Amino acid sequence: MESIYWPTFFFWLFSLISCSFAVGVLLARNIVRMAFYLVLALAATAGLFFLAGADFVGAMQLMIYVGGTLVLLIFGVMLTSQERFIEMKTSSGEWVVALLLGGMLLGILLQAAMAVPAWQGMDRAAAEATKVEKTATPLGMGLLGVRVDQLDEQDESRRKGMSGYLFHFEIVSVHLLVVLVGAAYLARAKRKRGRDELAGTGSNAT
Amino acid sequence: MIHLPLAHLLSEPVGVSHYVMVGAVLFTCGVLCMATKRNALGVLMGIELVLNGANLNFIAFGSHVLRNDANSLGLDGQLISMFVIVLAAAEAAVALAIALNYYNNHDSIDVDRADELLG
Repeated sequence: MESIYWPTFFFWLFSLISCSFAVGVLLARNIVRMAFYLVLALAATAGLFFLAGADFVGAMQLMIYVGGTLVLLIFGVMLTSQERFIEMKTSSGEWVVALLLGGMLLGILLQAAMAVPAWQGMDRAAAEATKVEKTATPLGMGLLGVRVDQLDEQDESRRKGMSGYLFHFEIVSVHLLVVLVGAAYLARAKRKRGRDELAGTGSNAT
Repeated sequence: MIHLPLAHLLSEPVGVSHYVMVGAVLFTCGVLCMATKRNALGVLMGIELVLNGANLNFIAFGSHVLRNDANSLGLDGQLISMFVIVLAAAEAAVALAIALNYYNNHDSIDVDRADELLG
């Protein structure tokens, strides 16, 4: 019997955690539990990123998703958690239709994933010989418009399309700025209205 | 010697298709979440799951550990998945602001009751 290939073991561990908590998010009725399950599913997905050699993206997943986005979501849950919204039931007819359609979608996707021969794993000797490089520097240079990972590309026609991601980076930066300004505006609109109402009732009372 | 099928499963490296399968499960769970949840924040969580499944596919297609040939996406997969993460954060911020606004104005977070535009 061959010895255990540990990356595979951890792949199955993380994928089991990730998939089971994703199903937990789907099946849980309590919104607070759903948020907690989502944290665990996304953290396990970060583990899968590390296993695929994407160390920087895995760290970003942990910091931005698990540390940022989900804290935001949990604050949203807390701000809207009246008693009647904690558990909201879906009618069983909707469940039946959703599970039917979801099962069909999952079946198609899994079949497609299994069907491509090039997507099967390498043999073990080749996998153990693969060198894993740290990706933070090439990623940063790629965002600045220099693809240091493609310098040894021989094909001239393929090298033309590798101009890096500086333009996309700029667009995403401006987008993020606009979105955050918009979110701040949307979130504070009510307080002004509340003050007006408060002022209105105050003037009525006096 | 006893030959367990599970031992063979653990002694071989995984490939892109395994990652794509995990991504498919996450994607399906997210889609079903978006379809069945009545709480607006539950719908948001479904969107996060869908984006995460797509991210996992990008990482898998770009990974040299899973598939070391010329057809791998290379670093582009990781760059695109970073853009997806950033845009998901932006989307969550705006959607949460809209959900809070809706909650403040209607005193409800049930998406089934958000039917004022129905006409």
